[in-house]
Amino acid sequence: MSEGTLYDKVWDSHKVRELPNGQDQLFVGLHLIHEVTSPQAFGMIREKGMEVAYPELTHATVDHIIPTKDQSRPFKDDQAEQMMAELESNTLEANIKFAGPTSGDQGIVHVVGPERGLTQPGMTIVCGDSHTSTHGAFGALAFGIGTTQIRDVLATQTIALGRQKVRKIEIKGELGEYVTAKDIILTIIRHLGTDGGVGHVYEYGGPAISKLSMEGRMSICNMSIEGGARAGYVNPDETTYEWLKSTDTFKKDPKRFEELLPYWKSIRSEEGAKYDDIFEIDCNKIEPMVTWGTTPGQGIGISEKIPDPNSMVESKRESAIRAQNHMRVSPGDDMKGYKIDVAFIGSCTNSRLSDLREACKIVDGKTVSSDVRAMVVPGSQRVKLAAEEEGLDKIFLEAGFDWRLAGCSMCLAMNEDQLIGDEACASSSNRNFIGRQGSKDGRTILMSPVMVAAAAITGEITDVREMI
Amino acid sequence: MKNSPEIKYAIGKGIAIRGSDIDTDQIIPARYLKAITFDGLGEFAFRDLRIGSKGELLDHPFNDEEYQNASILVVNSNFGCGSSREHAPQALMRWGIKAIIGHSFAEIFSGNCLALGVPVVEMDAVQIEKLQEWIELNPGEEIHIDIVGEEIEYNLERINVKIPESHRKALVEGIWDTTALLKSNPEEVKQLAGEIPYIK
Ligand code: SF4
Repeated sequence: MSEGTLYDKVWDSHKVRELPNGQDQLFVGLHLIHEVTSPQAFGMIREKGMEVAYPELTHATVDHIIPTKDQSRPFKDDQAEQMMAELESNTLEANIKFAGPTSGDQGIVHVVGPERGLTQPGMTIVCGDSHTSTHGAFGALAFGIGTTQIRDVLATQTIALGRQKVRKIEIKGELGEYVTAKDIILTIIRHLGTDGGVGHVYEYGGPAISKLSMEGRMSICNMSIEGGARAGYVNPDETTYEWLKSTDTFKKDPKRFEELLPYWKSIRSEEGAKYDDIFEIDCNKIEPMVTWGTTPGQGIGISEKIPDPNSMVESKRESAIRAQNHMRVSPGDDMKGYKIDVAFIGSCTNSRLSDLREACKIVDGKTVSSDVRAMVVPGSQRVKLAAEEEGLDKIFLEAGFDWRLAGCSMCLAMNEDQLIGDEACASSSNRNFIGRQGSKDGRTILMSPVMVAAAAITGEITDVREMI
Repeated sequence: MKNSPEIKYAIGKGIAIRGSDIDTDQIIPARYLKAITFDGLGEFAFRDLRIGSKGELLDHPFNDEEYQNASILVVNSNFGCGSSREHAPQALMRWGIKAIIGHSFAEIFSGNCLALGVPVVEMDAVQIEKLQEWIELNPGEEIHIDIVGEEIEYNLERINVKIPESHRKALVEGIWDTTALLKSNPEEVKQLAGEIPYIK
């Protein structure tokens, strides 16, 4: 069992009691909600005559179903409108703050929390969304929960959870040029597997993490869940505190920052903390990654060959064959040169200002391939505004990208942004599951935003390093 | 303490879905999540694997006449990975699934199942394959799951299985309605909240 880690400390300080089933009752410091997984939970507590116990610790926004072109109300899609209206009335009734489309604060819930300073070190954070792990980048314990648990949190501000093991992932070496945090996490998942993290929380540390920006840390923590880990975190440090200082929460109340700083420092994992196991990875060996299959673990470096399922352990073989059939690739092929139809820069993994800036450097002065439909969907209204202030929108638009309003968009295609037929999409999102981007014959290739930018220009999967 | 039905066993006809890493987008595609209740989700279980682009029925156990009243789903490893959507177990439950046996499950998925009173049972990978084969050769035959004793029985054979202890206890003792459990000590919760530095 782990000892002296951030996980242990935050868990212990939020534990109300042990429950009769052996799980712990944990207090939830921040509850984030969105329109897809919360309405049923509000329905359930209403049915039971319960009220929201701590509305001031709950924040809502709308992201999954929101159109990214025309947000005039009512939305064109009736079901989307209904979900939006339901969230509006639920939050109004319960007195929960709602960052709606006219607030200037709306966006993907995992982009909004950190940028507004709602997400802080040492918090327990839950949301009915598996990518809640993103918030771990700030040294919070953050996990996705199901709708029944949302009900628990609404009604009691606590959840029942079993303690997990803590795996330290020590990330050494230096990232090469145009190799990004996304490539680190795709490499980790490739090595540890999509189920390697089941029962674990990942603590990301080491020199490469210390050097990484908050955005990069968020991309890594975000995809912990793709590796089977329910949560991932980074110990807070100067980079974290700098970020927090610049958020609304602490700009408005700088005294609060000073008050909380000792707490944030106290929850860092001890020097001699005990971990259940440790995994090391060397950044010097990582190159831009692309997936060849239909799980995020099926990835390779851009100059590697697509692997032969026969060379894999038996449990991975059948899923690899299925994936290669779907993607229409064969063992020994390159992913480089694979033709794409769509390029998508967005999602809670990679739609922050720094992602857009980096992608812009590749796109600047070039033109999107005539065969490609390319779009940028900023992660939040604030990201969009900040990008426009820097003129990034113009660079994208001039190159032939579509510049959209904030939301989840083609990450999961619950709005009108969808793949059609068997289109292939170079995507900066986190899941390449069959059907994920709206068409069951669609093909998703996961990669970093700079790699998506490069593919958009050439019309095929390209090693971004060869373009500069 | 009891707040929900005790679930000590499950008996029913088996249905096998083969393949590892079956994610929640396959169990229920995102476009069917656009509703504010879980009603009627059963018909969307495995929707894209069951119905082709032209509306034609595809070859899938959930379409197969022989399995129409099956209630014990048998799967391979990392079942239910991906999104936290409770719509996935809801869709399976509303289709008729009462319990799931598999080699391994994604954590959020199994937690969501517990919250619905749907036991998830872990079994050795080789034993899973054997059971899946048996189901395919003997559709309509019953499988018994003993949750108390962590055993399953089929074809006159008993096999040891594993159920995470907290799940087993919750099911057997009828304490899987966590809302009731967590709502019983509001004062204690309030007191702890007062000790947390960032809570004002
Ligand atoms: S961007 Fe994608 S992964 Fe992130 S919250 Fe939205 S749908 Fe989920």
